[in-house]
Amino acid sequence: MAYYFGLLQTIGIHTLLGLSAYILLLTGQLSLAQVGFFAIGAYVSGILTVIFEYHIVPGLFAGALAGGFFAFLVGFPALRIKGLMLVVATIAFSEIVRLFFFNLNWRVMVNGVEVGPDSTQGFREIRFYAANGWDTLDVVLFIWLFVILIMAMLWWLDRVRAGATLRAVGADELAAQSSGVNIVAVKVAAMTFGGVIAGLAGGLYAHSATYVDHLTFSVLLATFAVAYPILGGLSSVFGTLIAVIFIQGVLIEGMRFLGDWRNIFFGLLIIVAMNFRPAGLLDGNVVAQILRIVGRGKGSDGERHA
Amino acid sequence: MLELDDLCKHFDGIRAVDGLSLKIERGEVFGLIGPNGSGKSTTVNLICGVFPATRGTVTLAGRNLGGLPPHRRLNAGISRTFQNIRLFGELTVWQNLWIARRDAPSEETGFMKNWFGSSARIREAIDETLEFAGLAGRANDLAQNLAFGEQRRLELARAVSARPQLILLDEPAAGMNREEVEDLKQRILTLKNSGITVLLVEHVMELVMGVTDRIAVLNFGKRIALGTPGEIQGNDAVREAYLGSPDVDIAEGSRHA
Repeated sequence: MAYYFGLLQTIGIHTLLGLSAYILLLTGQLSLAQVGFFAIGAYVSGILTVIFEYHIVPGLFAGALAGGFFAFLVGFPALRIKGLMLVVATIAFSEIVRLFFFNLNWRVMVNGVEVGPDSTQGFREIRFYAANGWDTLDVVLFIWLFVILIMAMLWWLDRVRAGATLRAVGADELAAQSSGVNIVAVKVAAMTFGGVIAGLAGGLYAHSATYVDHLTFSVLLATFAVAYPILGGLSSVFGTLIAVIFIQGVLIEGMRFLGDWRNIFFGLLIIVAMNFRPAGLLDGNVVAQILRIVGRGKGSDGERHA
Repeated sequence: MLELDDLCKHFDGIRAVDGLSLKIERGEVFGLIGPNGSGKSTTVNLICGVFPATRGTVTLAGRNLGGLPPHRRLNAGISRTFQNIRLFGELTVWQNLWIARRDAPSEETGFMKNWFGSSARIREAIDETLEFAGLAGRANDLAQNLAFGEQRRLELARAVSARPQLILLDEPAAGMNREEVEDLKQRILTLKNSGITVLLVEHVMELVMGVTDRIAVLNFGKRIALGTPGEIQGNDAVREAYLGSPDVDIAEGSRHA
């Protein structure tokens, strides 16, 4: 059972990380900086709960704000460039963050024990859950509370003008500008919101793992963050969740019995999936069908008007 | 209303627009015609702020628009359509209008309401605009699934949805058949009657001659003629520039050009 609870935690955290890239992909931007914001959230919330002995809720809150703050700062210069240059610039940002934490040494005595980030040795004492008697199920429920909250927010966003505007910028920047959309403001807002979600995910990750070091926050994780929404499809917020379940649940955990062959099948299955479903596992047609089945299809009036 | 003064745009030494001065009066339908490459679309892009002018000014109702980016020019009262259709394909027809919709500050209750709320009044106004464009039945269809003629009308409806003082139509009749052009003519006259000034860039002469109050003719980025449709049709310099010969009738010849 503990194994499945562990998997559920991973799926929840990776869904949040994927959603932080999803919101930016809606505006047509591919960012590999999400892992940088994830790392900032992990360290900030870890430092607050370990060194300053905060409760985890304000700790996570501060981690999310820190992620959002840096996303806002990175947003202005980064979003003036596009496409491959943006990819390179955001990788560079994530690497700067990773190397900063690689070198961060901040050891202090708390209740007679030396704790805190220990540069190359990582940050090992993030034990809020154990110290406060939370069992694994509590942690799973806690994480999924945030996943559901963020997914509900993004689902709702698609039904208001702000969400339609994000997609308009992604569809055609010139047409959006000519329709009165300040595309720099929209992109920076999406980047900031994405940074908040990534920072939150990082904080949850740090406390689940109890241990973080710079290696966790590699370019590979940044690639996963954008792969989830791309594989899942951008038509609906549920695509990202389904892609995380597919990759983490089916491809990574479900194929463990294959041993070393797993890595080969992993890549192969993603290629196959993208070939059969080029617009994502959950593309626009599937979403429309599901909406029809539950009786709120695109034909019904209230849905798109509200 | 709109005043262009000595407007210039040079691309790497090519003078796309070269010292253009124009004055468009409030409430008129003003035609801008000229051969391909004469600078018409560049002029539209300069008025909308897609790129900065090399020299000269664009003034709307006494306000110099120099340096304003496109979205702020829309807020100032200028909206446009595109020569090659540029809709938000994966959004519904209704959402396309919703994004462009602009209301006076006094009518809106603020940032939150504007971006995250909805008001019955705005919904009604958008439905009215759809009605005007003959798209009322297609409100919930994705823009990319519309037929060509409907997409053209949606471009127009989206520009109208911004409630502009001045609307720039960049070859709105391109690819249209005779009935569709007639239909578009009626819609442009409806806009005029509702007090909107129209700048029409067009190759389809039966539309230009049938709907405009005045016409300016561009060639090599310069204005070579200005006058009523009747005066322009009789202008030898225009025929020469347009068709290479002063003996061809503009209204007939260029439809097949």
